[in-house]
Amino acid sequence: MSAFVGKYADELIKTAKYIATPGKGILAADESTGTIGKRFSSINVENIESNRQALRELLFTSPGALPCLSGVILFEETLYQKTSDGKPFVEFLQENGVIPGIKVDKGVVDLAGTNGETTTQGLDSLGARCQEYYKAGARFAKWRAVLKIGATEPSELSIQENAKGLARYAIICQENGLVPIVEPEVLTDGSHDIKKCAAVTETVLSAVYKALNDHHVLLEGTLLKPNMVTPGSDSAKVAPEVIAEYTVIALRRTVPPAVPGIVFLSGGQSEEEATQNLNAMNKLELLKPWTLTFSFGRALQQSTLKAWGGKKENVAKAQATFLVRCKANSDATLGKYVAGASGDSAASESLFVKGYSY
Amino acid sequence: MASFTSKYADELIANAAYIGTPGKGILAADESTGTIGKRLSSINVENVESNRRALRELLFTTPGALPCLSGVILFEETLYQKSSNGTPFVDILKEGGVLPGIKVDKGTVELPGTNGETTTQGLDGLGERCKKYYDAGARFAKWRAVLKIGQNEPSELAIHENAYGLARYAAICQENGLVPIVEPEILVDGSHDIQKCAEVTERVLAACYKALSDHHVMLEGTLLKPNMVTPGSESGKVAPEVVAEYTVRALQRTVPAAVPAVVFLSGGQSEEEATRNLNAMNRLKTKKPWSLSFSFGRALQQSTLKTWGGKEENVKKAQEAFLVRCKANSEATLGAYKGDAQLGEGAAESLHVKDYKY
Repeated sequence: MSAFVGKYADELIKTAKYIATPGKGILAADESTGTIGKRFSSINVENIESNRQALRELLFTSPGALPCLSGVILFEETLYQKTSDGKPFVEFLQENGVIPGIKVDKGVVDLAGTNGETTTQGLDSLGARCQEYYKAGARFAKWRAVLKIGATEPSELSIQENAKGLARYAIICQENGLVPIVEPEVLTDGSHDIKKCAAVTETVLSAVYKALNDHHVLLEGTLLKPNMVTPGSDSAKVAPEVIAEYTVIALRRTVPPAVPGIVFLSGGQSEEEATQNLNAMNKLELLKPWTLTFSFGRALQQSTLKAWGGKKENVAKAQATFLVRCKANSDATLGKYVAGASGDSAASESLFVKGYSY
Repeated sequence: MASFTSKYADELIANAAYIGTPGKGILAADESTGTIGKRLSSINVENVESNRRALRELLFTTPGALPCLSGVILFEETLYQKSSNGTPFVDILKEGGVLPGIKVDKGTVELPGTNGETTTQGLDGLGERCKKYYDAGARFAKWRAVLKIGQNEPSELAIHENAYGLARYAAICQENGLVPIVEPEILVDGSHDIQKCAEVTERVLAACYKALSDHHVMLEGTLLKPNMVTPGSESGKVAPEVVAEYTVRALQRTVPAAVPAVVFLSGGQSEEEATRNLNAMNRLKTKKPWSLSFSFGRALQQSTLKTWGGKEENVKKAQEAFLVRCKANSEATLGAYKGDAQLGEGAAESLHVKDYKY
């Protein structure tokens, strides 16, 4: 058969479509214990379970925020945590129309013989893990593949390995009722121009969709989480309209219309940059057969984290800050964002970290 | 780079978009001398140059027909022929707002070790030939790859060879100013069901678009000429709405939005069938970021040929029959065909010839 139509097919299609609802997007709150530790240390907060629980409760219970979201990606620990009055996070999200998702990859490892290129692990027993996550309430999953641009990168090996890994992950998810978010991130690191990023992004996406087809993945029950097409981190910035044009053209050339939604990663962009770029894409007058929305981690949480600083007395202020970013990005999915709506200086701060690894 | 930028890029994009104009489509009049011989002998007409010229003049000068067409595919001989008053056919077409196209492949040859599968030849000196054709007024080209469905067919070899042959042809055309029509025809021969045809079509199209990406073809300056998704010739027929659903879904899963138009081949379908199926596709309420039109040979000319019979005194009546099919298909591209076309002689007759060779 071409696309695998298992017992979850209808549900997968419905879930993917819902996540792609215009006006909504995804909060990526799936930082591993190690990664959230780095965030915490930047605001002098101890990396213990109660603090990790407190941060996520702050985010999920922000008044007015959940209507801006269709999904939240969680780390395994968080999937089983509760609010301070004992309600499982998963239930709280579901009751508020937000679908819980789960990060399922196990990080990257080097590909021997390459110049620091990687592949992603996590396929072993993935089916059984997906079943457990489904039982716990998750309805979508995420797997991050990473590629980089260099003189001879990404190599054919790296592209093939990462594309195939994503395809294998995707079909296993679909067998077990989880909508796979396919994330082939091309890192911004480098001094290349936007055209180079566009060329690499198109080559990578083309390989990804060939692999998904080879593995019989049902595209209507998937989402794509790509990088935006931008100049390299060491190159001069360009206007949001330019990023929008290159990005949408790259997607039009590679992403089949059957995919219901594209949920961009923010990479090292500041909160404000990411929102403006997403907004510009949605204003662009070019035919787009998928919705364009967000799946932001740092670009939704950065100023919120700073406002919180780990202190109970700052929770309300931090939640107000979080709501501002949620609304801004919700507007951006409709092409309605007006820049400068939030005056917070933290929102304009670049979140770029060279060689970023989760 | 991803797609290479030909000096003809803007022209290619404009011409491809023009061919996809709603309400218009392509007349495939590129039968080789051998093939047109078979048609002519079926109506007892001698296969000499003057008769071949007379037939094409009949078609191109049919009052009211050219407005229904955006392009005509020609065989090399016809590219250099003139009407009886000395006007080059190419000029008649251009003046009528119709782009001349040219068949550039040199037929199929068998792939040894397969069960009668083939690849298409014609790459040698293709660049020079394209330049010549461009100078003669051609603005698009056509190359037919052929695959079949069987127990073990199409094989991975056949899919790969044909996809990469199409990609190489497409890149060479774009270098030389011709919009390549990419035609990966999956023959209707067989007793398989529509699901099987859908599965094979999706696999083949995915391979084609991967190959086109590998060869840096600019999708905005190409067209696709696929088979409709139907049951095999030895299976029961299904309603046009079913053909439409399976066909459009196959395209949604494989054809990037950057491709401006899909111009279907008619295969062995009768004139009426082909029109009804195209109409049903254009009425379908689903995502279709490319226009859906026709590139019909037999399904536009069959009843016209019969009415003409090679006789001068029948030309007017034959032209009326041709106009009926042109208008019907023009309406079908708008989903406006009411099925009330005056059926010419043989309009409902199947044109299926087992294992058809051009």
